[in-house]
Amino acid sequence: MTIAQTDDPETVPVPEGHVRLTVDGVTVDAPKGELIIRTAERIGVEVPRFCDHPLLDPAAACRQCLVEVEMGGRPMPKPQPACAVTVADGMVVKTQASSAVADKAQQGVMELLLINHPLDCPICDKGGECPLQNQALKHGRAESRFVDTKRTFAKPVPITAQVLLDRERCVLCQRCTRFADEIAGDVFIDLLERGAVQQIGTHETADLDETDAVIGQPHGSYFSGNIIQICPVGALTSAAYRFRSRPFDLVSTPSMCEHCASGCAQRSDWRRGHVTRRLAGNDPAVNEEWNCDKGRFAFRYATAEDRLRKPLVRGADNELHEASWTDALRAAAAGLAKARGERGVAVLPGGRLTVEDAYAYAKFARLALHTNDVDFRARVHSAEELDFLTDSVVGRTPEHGGVSYADIESAPAVLSVAFEPEEESPIVFLRLRKAARKRGLRYFHLGQWTTPAVDKAFGALVPVVPGDEARGLRELDEKVRDALGRPGALILVGERAAGVAGLPTAVRALSSWTGARVAWIPRRAGERGALEAGATPTLLPGGRPVTDAAARAEVERAWGVAPGGLPGTPGRDTGEILAAAADSRLSALVVGGVDPFDLPDPELALTALTTVDFVVSLELRPSEVTRRADVVLPVAPVQEKTGAYLDWEGRRREFESTLSGTGALPDCRVLDTLAVEMDVDLFTQTSGAAAGDLARLGRHSCTNEPVPVSAGEAARPGVGEAVLATWRTLLDNGSLQEGEPHLAATAKPVVARLSVATATGLGVQFGEPLTVSTARGSIVLPAVQADLPDGVVWLPENSGRSAVRRVLGVGHGAVVSVSAGGEH
Amino acid sequence: MTTPRPADPITPVLTKRWLSPRSWRLSVYEQLEGYTALRKALAGTPEQLVQLVKDSGLRGRGGAGFPTGLKWSFMPPNEDKPHYLVINADEGEPGTCKDIPLMMADPHSLIEGCVIAAYAMRSHHCFIYVRGEALHCVRRLTSAVREAYTAGYLGRNILDSGFDLDITVHAGAGAYICGEETALLDSLEGRRGQPRLKPPFPAAAGLYAAPTTVNNVETIASVPFIVNAGADWFRSMGREKSPGPKIFSISGHVEQPGQYEAPMGTTLRELLELAGGMKDGIPLKFWTPGGSSTPMFTAEHLDTPLDFEGATEAGSMLGTTAVQVFNETVSVPWAVMKWTQFYEHESCGKCTPCREGTYWLAQILERMVRGEGTPADIDTLLDVCDNIFGRSFCALGDGAVSPIQSGIKYFKDEFLALCESNAAHAREHELAGAR
Repeated sequence: MTIAQTDDPETVPVPEGHVRLTVDGVTVDAPKGELIIRTAERIGVEVPRFCDHPLLDPAAACRQCLVEVEMGGRPMPKPQPACAVTVADGMVVKTQASSAVADKAQQGVMELLLINHPLDCPICDKGGECPLQNQALKHGRAESRFVDTKRTFAKPVPITAQVLLDRERCVLCQRCTRFADEIAGDVFIDLLERGAVQQIGTHETADLDETDAVIGQPHGSYFSGNIIQICPVGALTSAAYRFRSRPFDLVSTPSMCEHCASGCAQRSDWRRGHVTRRLAGNDPAVNEEWNCDKGRFAFRYATAEDRLRKPLVRGADNELHEASWTDALRAAAAGLAKARGERGVAVLPGGRLTVEDAYAYAKFARLALHTNDVDFRARVHSAEELDFLTDSVVGRTPEHGGVSYADIESAPAVLSVAFEPEEESPIVFLRLRKAARKRGLRYFHLGQWTTPAVDKAFGALVPVVPGDEARGLRELDEKVRDALGRPGALILVGERAAGVAGLPTAVRALSSWTGARVAWIPRRAGERGALEAGATPTLLPGGRPVTDAAARAEVERAWGVAPGGLPGTPGRDTGEILAAAADSRLSALVVGGVDPFDLPDPELALTALTTVDFVVSLELRPSEVTRRADVVLPVAPVQEKTGAYLDWEGRRREFESTLSGTGALPDCRVLDTLAVEMDVDLFTQTSGAAAGDLARLGRHSCTNEPVPVSAGEAARPGVGEAVLATWRTLLDNGSLQEGEPHLAATAKPVVARLSVATATGLGVQFGEPLTVSTARGSIVLPAVQADLPDGVVWLPENSGRSAVRRVLGVGHGAVVSVSAGGEH
Repeated sequence: MTTPRPADPITPVLTKRWLSPRSWRLSVYEQLEGYTALRKALAGTPEQLVQLVKDSGLRGRGGAGFPTGLKWSFMPPNEDKPHYLVINADEGEPGTCKDIPLMMADPHSLIEGCVIAAYAMRSHHCFIYVRGEALHCVRRLTSAVREAYTAGYLGRNILDSGFDLDITVHAGAGAYICGEETALLDSLEGRRGQPRLKPPFPAAAGLYAAPTTVNNVETIASVPFIVNAGADWFRSMGREKSPGPKIFSISGHVEQPGQYEAPMGTTLRELLELAGGMKDGIPLKFWTPGGSSTPMFTAEHLDTPLDFEGATEAGSMLGTTAVQVFNETVSVPWAVMKWTQFYEHESCGKCTPCREGTYWLAQILERMVRGEGTPADIDTLLDVCDNIFGRSFCALGDGAVSPIQSGIKYFKDEFLALCESNAAHAREHELAGAR
C-alpha cells in the first residue's frame, strides 16, 4: 500500500500480493486489483472523475478519467478509464499530468459534458462544492464551442418527497442509480430512454404502457438522501435544503447522529445559529459514507417553536411558570431532598443520552438521591434482559472482544433475533446487504414475515409466532445451525428480545452451542452508553454490579464517598419504578428524555407521573412528562452540546458542539448544578469533566452467572383473535422526526399485515380496513398480505394511527381481537 | 498495397439454396445436404470441432473479424456453470442486409450451425437474438426451430448422440446498440440494452454470468459447410488471413442491388460487375465497404480487395460487407448528416462522448446542410470526432465518427461549399442591417 522507496525502487522486492507499476514516471507498488485511479490518488495525482465512487462498482460511463496505459511495453491503442482498469505488473500509466493524449481526452469529455448543461452555477445548490464546477475549471476549456440548441427538460422532477431531480444538470454518471441498485437495494430510480434524452427517472416519470405499469410497485428508500450527497453535479437536490444557502456561507462541523445506535459520523452545516443540513461523514469502520434519511433530514425538532428555553416551576396556581435557573434549581433541590427523606426518588434518564449525560444521571441517583432506582430503558424490558446485558454486552467494544461492523462484513452467516435491521439500525442493514452481495454472507431473519430488508440482504426468513422466538431458536433448522457454527458467524439481537420471556436465555444458549458471537443492537443512540455509564438498577459505571462490595468500593473511592456510602441493594427497573410511583411507594421522579407512550404500559406511566408528589423533568420540548412536572429544566439538543454516544458496537462516537454559545446546557451540567444545590459534587460540569470522571473509574471485569429464564408458552389466539407482531419502523411518530414533512412523506404506508389463511379465517379482505382491538382501544388499518405465520397480525408499533402501546396497551406477542371493516 | 488477385469464380455457399423453392422448409433443406454436417459433427469430439474451425481460418462475420475457433476455445472446458451460445441476429447496421435474408431463405443452415457450435462449446441452450423489427424473420426462424425440434435435430438426445440442445428465438426491442454483444446479453437478460464493462468477457461471465459465446448469424451458418467440406476447402476461397466466402449486401445506385456471395478479397469493381454496374451509368462518387460505421471509400478504391486486411490497409474496415454505393448526385454532407442522425438516435446514452458527441455532431451537420455552417464548424466537427473516437465506451462511438471523418477527408470541398452560401447569406444580412 505504500509508495516504494524512491532512492532505488528497483532493488526493493515487490511486497506479497502487490504489483509494481509507474504512474506519471513514479514507481509505485499497488495491491493487486487496485484501480488505476486509486493508485494515482496515492501518489497525489487526482484524475478527474464523475461516475467513479470508491464504494460503487466501476461503471466507466462518464469517460472523464481517461489515461494512457502501456502494458508490457506496448501502449494500449485507446486511452483507458482509470476508474475501471486494475493495476498490473510493469504497467506504465500516464495521466493528464504527463500525457497530452490523456489531457486532450479529458478536456474533450469535459466539453461534451457541458454542452447540454445549463451552466446555472450561480443559482445551483451545488455551486461552490460541485465536482463538475471544480473539474471544469481545472480540466476544461474556458469557452464553449457549442453554439447550437441545448437539450431541455421539465424540472424539477420529484424522485421522492425529499429528493428533487434537475435532469438538465445531470451528467448521467449513474452514481445515484448504482447506489439504489447496489448499496440500498431499493429500485426507486433508474435510467430511462436513451441517447441524448437518456435521463434518470422513477416509476412515475417513465413512459410506460399500462401493461408495463403493473410490473413494479413504486416504493421509496430509507437511504435516498445519499444520492443527493454523491451526485457530482447539482442534479439531485434536497427539498428541505434547496435554495436555502450557499455552501461557502456555511460552517461545517463534524457531528454524530443522535437517532439510532448505528453510530453514523455526520457533518452538520450551519449558519446564524441554525443547522441547515446534515451530510454523511466518511467513517469506513462505521457508516462508510452513508446515512439513512432519518439521520440526514430529521434535525428540525431542535429548532421547533415550542423548544423549552427557560426553566419552568409549578406555582401555587398549579400552572408552570418560567423561572430563573436559580429559583428552578432551588425548587427542584428542595423537592428532591424532601422526597429523598420520605419514600425516595427514582430516576428515568431515557435512552437518548450521551455517555456523559447518562453518567451524570447514574451518579446523581447514587450520590444525590442515595438510590439504585435508575433505569435508562424507556421501552419493553425485563430482568432477564439486564442479566443478558451484564453477561454478554457491557464492557464489550471492538477492541475488547465485541462484535464490530467489520465482523458483520466478514461473517459467513448472521442470524437476527427480535431485530429488523433496516427499521432498527439502517447502517447495520447496509452492511448485511454489502456482505451478502460481495462476500456471500448468509442472512437468517428470525421473525414473522419476509420484510424488504430480508429480501435485499438475500436472506431467509425463519418464521416464528410472536412470543415463541425462544422456542424458534431452540428448534432452529439444521442448515441455519450449521451456518452459525462456522467461524465468524454472528447473532444480532434487538432490544425487543426483552419482550419475550426466555429469549435472551435462548440466545445465550444458541451462542454457546454454535460458537456464534452475539451483538446487541438497541434502537436508541444512548442505550449502550447508559448501560456502560451505570444508569441501570443493578450496575454501577463500567458494569460493576451494585451487589458486589469490591466493585462498589472501587466506585466509592473514585467518587470520594465514604466506604459503604453507596447503596448495595439492586434498584427497581423502569416498570417497578413506575408501579411503585403509581402506588405512592415513591415520592419523586427525575425524568430525562422519556416519552410515556414508549413505555410498556403508557397508562401506568401517566398515573405514576400524576400520583407521585414531585417530578423533575429535564426536557427539550413540552411533553407528557413536562406537563405533569413540578420543575422543568431545559436541556441542550445534540447540536448544542459536546459529548459522545456509544454505538451498538460499544464504539465511542465523540462530537463537539455544532452550535456553541446558545446558552443551552447539557443534562450533565444541569444535574451537576442541581446536585450542588443538594450539597453533592458530581464533577460533571462539562461533558469533558464527566468523561474524565468516568474514565478514571476504568474498566471492570466481573463474572456474572446469569439466571436462566425458561420460555413461556406462546399465546394461542381464539376465534376472531390473532397474535400481535409489532415493531417500530424507521420513520414513525417519533418526536425527533417532527417538523420534517418531506421526510415523513417517505415513511412506509401504515398497514396491517397478515397471511392469506389468517385473512380468510377472519373474513378480512386485502386492501380493505381491518380492526385490531383490545379492551383498551382499537386500531383500524388497511389489510395487506404478507407471509406471516397463520394466526398472526403485524402492525407498525408507532406509525400514524397505529400507536400500538398507546391505543391497545399491549405489545408484541399479545393476543388481540381482529375483525374485518372498521372506521378510521 | 497488395495487388488484387484475379477474381475467383463466384462460389455460392451460404446462398446456394436461396433460390430453391421453399428453401426455408426442413424437407427442402434435407434434400440439399441439410443436417448432414450435424451427423458428422456429433460423431466427433468438441475439441476436434474447435480445431477444425480454427484450421479453417473462419473469422467473425459480424464486423470485427475475430477468429471464430479461437473465440470458441475461450469457453471453459468444465461445465461448472451452464454454457450459452448466443447468436447475434440483431442486424441493424445501415446498409447491412445479409443475416435477415439468410434467416429468411435458409434458416436451417443457421440452426444446424447452432447445434454444431453448441456441441463444440458444450452448451445446451442457444439463444438467437433477432432484431425486433424483422418480425417476418422471427416468425420464419421460430417455425424452423419448431420443425427442427419435431425432426429431432433439437431437444433431448439429438440424433441419438446423447447431446441436448434447446434454442430460444428472442426478438429484440429495436435498438442498434443491442448488436453490441454485451448490450445484447443485457437486453436478453431483460435489462436495459447497454454495453457491459469488460472484463469479465462473455466467455468467463456472459449471459446470466455464465460462460457465453456470441457469434454472428453468417459465422455460424458457415460452420456446417466447413464441417462437411473441410478446412482446406474453406481456405481455397478468399485470402490467406481472411478465407472463405462472404455475403456482400450491395445497395444504392447500382442496377441490381442485392446479396452477392463472393470470396473474401473481391473488389468493388468486381462486385459492381455482378450488380450490373452503376445505375443509369451515373459515375460512382463514394461508397462504404461495410456499412455506415466503416469509413467511406471513393472511386479510387475500386480495386481495393475487400477482406479484413485489404479494407484496413486502405483506411477503412471490412465491417459487415454492406456495400452502399452512391453516385455523383448525392451530396456527401447530406449523406453524412443522415448517418449521423442515425447514430444520434441510436446512441444508448451510457457514455458521455457518444451520447453528447453525436447530439452535437448531428446539430452541426444539420446546420451546415441548412446552409448555416462556417469553416470553423468543419474544424469543430473533426475535433469533436477526435474526442469521441477511441474515447467512447463501446465501438458505436467509433463508428459514429467514421462517416464524418472520412467524408471530410475526401470531400472537404463540399462542406466548404455549404459554408460559402452561408457567408453570402450573412453578407446580405449585413447590408440589410446597415440601412
